[in-house]
Amino acid sequence: MAGSQWELPPELCCRPMAFVALTGLDVVYNAVHRAIWDAFCANRRADRVPISFKVLPGDHEYPKCRTKRTSYEWYIPKGILKTGWMNKHLNLVPALVVLFYELDWDDPQWKEKQSECATKVEIVRTSLQGRNTKVAVVLIQKKTPLPPGEDLVASERAQALCHSCDLSGKSLFVLPHTDHLVGYIIRLENAFYEHAQTYYYTEIRRVKSHKEFLNKTTHQLLFVRHQFKIAFFSELKQDTQNALKYYRTAYSLVHELRAHETNMLEIKTMAGFINYKICRLCFQHNTPLDAIAQFRKHIDLCKKKIGSAELAFEHSAWMSKQFQSFGELFDEAIKLGLTAIQTQNPGFYYQQAACYSQDRKQLALQLCQVMAGASYPSPDPLDTQGAGLDFYGQRPWRQGQQSMLADTDMEYTTLLASSTVLMELIIALLSNAVAQFKKYKCPRMKSHLMVQMGEEYYHAKDYTKALKLLDYVMCDYRTERWWGLLTAILTTALRCAYLMASIKDYVIYCMELLGRASTLKEEQKSRIEKNLIKVLTNEVPDAEPECDPSSVSAARSLWNDRMALAGSNELTIEVQDYIPFIQCKAKFQSPSFHVDQPVQLQVFLRADCPHPVSFGKLAVSLSNQVRYNQWCVAEWSGQEAMSLLPGKTTCYNFSFVAKTEDVGKKIEMTGIEVMLGGDSGRCVFVSWRGAGGDAASAHEALQASRCSRRWGRNIEARQELDWDSLTMQHSTMIISRVPKISVQLSHQPPALTNEMYCIKLTVQSQEEAMAKDVKLTAGLKPGQDANLGQTTHVTLDGSKVCDDSAPSLLPDVPLGELKPGEKLEKCVYVKCVSTGPRVFLFHVAYSIDTTVEGRQIMCKCHKDETVTIETLVPFEVSVKFVSTKFEPLDRVSVDIPFLLMTDILSSSPWPLLLTSSSLQLLTVTSNTPQLQSQLQEVVLQTGECASECFCLRCPPQTNINNTVATGQYLLSWRRYVHVNGVSLPHVVLEMVPLYIHADLPSFGRVRESLPVRYHIENRTALVQEVEMAVEPSDAFMFSGLKQVRLRILPSSEQEMLYNYYPLMAGYQTLPQLNISLPRCPTFSTQALKRFLPQRIFVKPQGRQLDDASIAAA
Amino acid sequence: MAVCIAVIAKENYPLYIRSVPTQNELKFHYTVHTSLDVVEEKISAVGKALGDQRELYLGLLYPTEDYKVYGYVTNSKVKFVIVVDSSNTSLRDNEIRSMFRKLHNSFTDVMCNPFHNPGDTIQSKAFDGIVSGMMVQTA
Repeated sequence: MAGSQWELPPELCCRPMAFVALTGLDVVYNAVHRAIWDAFCANRRADRVPISFKVLPGDHEYPKCRTKRTSYEWYIPKGILKTGWMNKHLNLVPALVVLFYELDWDDPQWKEKQSECATKVEIVRTSLQGRNTKVAVVLIQKKTPLPPGEDLVASERAQALCHSCDLSGKSLFVLPHTDHLVGYIIRLENAFYEHAQTYYYTEIRRVKSHKEFLNKTTHQLLFVRHQFKIAFFSELKQDTQNALKYYRTAYSLVHELRAHETNMLEIKTMAGFINYKICRLCFQHNTPLDAIAQFRKHIDLCKKKIGSAELAFEHSAWMSKQFQSFGELFDEAIKLGLTAIQTQNPGFYYQQAACYSQDRKQLALQLCQVMAGASYPSPDPLDTQGAGLDFYGQRPWRQGQQSMLADTDMEYTTLLASSTVLMELIIALLSNAVAQFKKYKCPRMKSHLMVQMGEEYYHAKDYTKALKLLDYVMCDYRTERWWGLLTAILTTALRCAYLMASIKDYVIYCMELLGRASTLKEEQKSRIEKNLIKVLTNEVPDAEPECDPSSVSAARSLWNDRMALAGSNELTIEVQDYIPFIQCKAKFQSPSFHVDQPVQLQVFLRADCPHPVSFGKLAVSLSNQVRYNQWCVAEWSGQEAMSLLPGKTTCYNFSFVAKTEDVGKKIEMTGIEVMLGGDSGRCVFVSWRGAGGDAASAHEALQASRCSRRWGRNIEARQELDWDSLTMQHSTMIISRVPKISVQLSHQPPALTNEMYCIKLTVQSQEEAMAKDVKLTAGLKPGQDANLGQTTHVTLDGSKVCDDSAPSLLPDVPLGELKPGEKLEKCVYVKCVSTGPRVFLFHVAYSIDTTVEGRQIMCKCHKDETVTIETLVPFEVSVKFVSTKFEPLDRVSVDIPFLLMTDILSSSPWPLLLTSSSLQLLTVTSNTPQLQSQLQEVVLQTGECASECFCLRCPPQTNINNTVATGQYLLSWRRYVHVNGVSLPHVVLEMVPLYIHADLPSFGRVRESLPVRYHIENRTALVQEVEMAVEPSDAFMFSGLKQVRLRILPSSEQEMLYNYYPLMAGYQTLPQLNISLPRCPTFSTQALKRFLPQRIFVKPQGRQLDDASIAAA
Repeated sequence: MAVCIAVIAKENYPLYIRSVPTQNELKFHYTVHTSLDVVEEKISAVGKALGDQRELYLGLLYPTEDYKVYGYVTNSKVKFVIVVDSSNTSLRDNEIRSMFRKLHNSFTDVMCNPFHNPGDTIQSKAFDGIVSGMMVQTA
């Protein structure tokens, strides 16, 4: 009922097609006729001519044609368009009647059949009296016809038949019932189509001919009617261009009609119809912009034609329908290939339609209140609708009257009844619009429409559906941070939750409305908080304002039932995705903790509601470490429940000791729970995932960081904690204890290939306790090139060259225990087969007992050292074969001695000691009985080359066609480690016969005795006679032998003592000692003087205490 | 003259929104919010084509039955939206442009204020004054 009055009639919305009636077909009992009929109606694709066929009995009564008026002078039209007119021409009055008749040209009873056919044609003609409808005859024949002109009988009889039936030759057809039925039918169809077009053409001419009888004053309605009819016939004729032209004329004529309150509806209805046709044709002509422009014009013209104020609701209904049908047309055109755009799509029209329907409902409800007294008239005036209206858009109780009579109150009431309950219509329109906007990338428009749908459901008291929709879109508005809109939606949602008595939803919406995102006023927040507290204490909350009073009382009883129900008193609410009124942020004090430190975490809570809120329990749960959760719970019972003050931040600290098993693992906060309410009433667990935070906190933190960058200094100065700049740290790493040992490596890089390279490791403990279970892992650091693993060998045994089986990494070599301060050394040998850099890892692990916060734990510590070592080639060996005359050989003669020469070129930065070399011969034999290495113990410096030569001979029985392997040259070598010495220079030697040296104090003093003892040694095997004399000196007085001659026995020594007495201070030359050997005249005193001291330092005389000068001073 | 003027942050949340007090404020919020669909679409379309040679004025975003919604996007992707009554046909495109330019200038002044934290809602009195001057004057 709701919309039926406004639906466009189906005959208006369909595509008009020429109507052709088929008679004389017995489709029920005659198989041939059935096949013909099927061929006509089956498979009517777009390529076939647009005709609608109908099978009618031969004596069918067609609608009677009224006698034509010759003058319109006294005629006053009662309406614009009769309701039956379109249907009449679509389905009742055919453009062509086709008579099917079974008759072969050579039928034996030709005469009789011919006259029967003529009779049948006559019957049809009679029932079409007064109409221009054409008649055609189709002869169904069993035989295939001969080509035209050949069958003389046929042409003669055809002429006779045409004559007797009064048909033109063009209206007689032959349908051979043979294999090619469909082909014949299509040809027939096309012929029918031409006839139909001629019919409609004459109809158009007929209607046009009326025009001259009309005058502008009384026949205004007829102008519209005629234009409409011409257009409609044009459409039937498939002349859509002209149809559009006539419809446009009709449209402008409709708006020229004199409008008053009583015919307003009729004018609007007709305008709507014509507009619909125009838009439809525009879309059909693929000119969507014309369609849109026409529609806009239509709306602009009609928007203000409300009629009487009380009927505004009816106008809204009509407007809604206009938008809806245009939306549908648009949508249909899109389905047929039109492309719409974001700002111009059917969604807007559906939305506007919904909007007008909402207006309609509003207006109707207002009017209902005004006319509360009026009751629905008891013989339902709308029931007459069954009988049908004569003209479109007229009132059932005022048909055909074009006089100025206003509707009465009674009549309003009648119309109103259908307008108050429109929920289904509005929802349908909105969901159509939603579908369109989704298609054209308008997510926000979609959300907005969904809100409207939700509100519509709310008004219709379908709260479950309302909540579902509102809940769905809420999160879009939340993430986009449109708090005003979010608050509005939440307020509606809260009402729904209240009216449904849905406790959980109610609590959630309360929490968010109390939160910082809500734009509600303080007193409203206060009211909501009181309600929330009531729910927590198991009381019935107060009703939300603006709720329907009858619903409120129903809701109250629902709430009472809920409260009476025992159990289900606990409620967990995940608030991560909301913006609740309690904010929570938690952090570990550090992103990592050593296992020997206590793990510390802080939980910050803050309430945004207007009144203090108390809670009973705060618990932090940590990832998969169930064992720690017990340390992170704070509980307050009864009176001492913790209270959060509005706008204040409260901090709670927790700490625990990590287990040693968790070293290397991450501890994460998985959730934080705050328990509101208590044992007495309802418990609501507000729970955050991770380390707290909610839908808005990320953005706030970003803003705060921007702010603090600029005002950094201020923040430091401020005492109070800045909530927004608090950062969350939701996980921490438990890392091993810091090792207190030193690991040092000493080695001499670079390494040489194939060498046993020694790396000395020194581990020294700085622990205060015994390090137990010390283990060394040494070798190639994993994660390098895979080839390195195969070309590197590590061993602890340096005594011999290791083979390829040695691993590249030695794991967990036990090193025993380390006492505090103890030092441990270990040599690791590395053999690198290939060159290039390698990273070696030395990992020393140990365990130690320690105490944390009174608890004894055993910690594992480890220290890693890595070193990169370059490996070089130590030397290169080249081998050549030469003849015994050292001429190079490119082939070796059998059984003739030849020489093998090897060159070893050192490229090592270190000197190399070649320990030994040897040949291991395969085919050839040595020419010398004993091969002795010529390089044994040779030391090669960098760049030096060593060569060796072997005389070999190839034994005679060797197969000479082959090249032969000679064997192997083995060289053993090592780094030459030598004691480093510097060679001293050569000296010229001489023989000294006499040696003299003196004993004297290091200094003398003026006027103090200075004893000097000279020792004279005879270094010859002869007795030496020595003459000695002391020359006088100004600086000294002396006593002793001044001149003496003496003899000294071989290898003996003579001692001479003098007492010098210095006279002057400072460096003084000692008295000269002259020695001469009379027996050895070559010897000079000069040679001896080298041995004797020349000067001595003489200090001045020290002062006496009783010195007169001092006394005088 | 406008019936609603809004400044929308780069992240599409409102920095400033003001409408004539006589009408339903919420409706304007919804209108401005839904117009962002078109703004986003226009920005992304232009961004591909021309890069930095972008016209800031986006023109008429979409017409509703009652209002015309115009958009303007600064280079830092802050959006200005002006809603004009559909019945107000005297307003030319040029006038709308100059309104946006005025708004942009005033917005720039707000941003130059060292005490303003970009991303916070605009509370400047000077800006408020400029906006008031552009709004439909209600007696």
